Amino acid sequence: MRHRVRGRKLGRTASHRAALLNSLATALLKHKRIQTTLPKAKEARSYVETLITKARKNDLHSRRQIMSVINDKEVVKELFNEIIKKIGDRPGGYTRIVKLGNRMGDDAEMAILELVDFNDVINAKAEEHKEKREAKAKAKKENQEKEVAEEANVVEETAAKEVN
Amino acid sequence: MPNPKRRWSKSRRDKHRTHYKATVPSMGKCSNCGELKLTHRACPSCGYYNERSMFLPKS
Repeated sequence: MRHRVRGRKLGRTASHRAALLNSLATALLKHKRIQTTLPKAKEARSYVETLITKARKNDLHSRRQIMSVINDKEVVKELFNEIIKKIGDRPGGYTRIVKLGNRMGDDAEMAILELVDFNDVINAKAEEHKEKREAKAKAKKENQEKEVAEEANVVEETAAKEVN
Repeated sequence: MPNPKRRWSKSRRDKHRTHYKATVPSMGKCSNCGELKLTHRACPSCGYYNERSMFLPKS
């Protein structure tokens, strides 16, 4: 019987699951917000929260423990230097999950997993990115229109010459 | 081993299936943009959930 056995297996072997959780945790700490399936998000949530709580001790031992899980030195540095500062003295609950609806293809329920204290930061960045992209698209469109107009002019000119 | 004694007619089979019904998804209005959206999920048209922007919609 599997009464009260904690955690989801996520259809993976133990080592595969550990690797998945490690990479989800790394991705979340690196990007501050990730989109994944709802069960994975829920599993990753408790995993990352323990890591962050551990990191808040801010000593060499906790750093080594986290290094053994997150295989990206830069991310560990960022966790200890920036993320912990931003979190301040929040008593747990560092992450947030918001459901998104179901994915095309396999109808899996998708969710966003994000660090609560970074919601505004990411949004501001995304906004900037979007504005840039739109400006680029606009410029491209204008260029195309210009080219089309020029081509039309050329065609007209050649036609006029031929008539002459 | 126990086995069914008789074949079930199409009529009996289909009578069972009258209880297989599609359910209406629970929809509500988005508090940010007013579009219809699934409840307890971020709004796909504006990316808001609970007065908070979760993602920026494409386009």
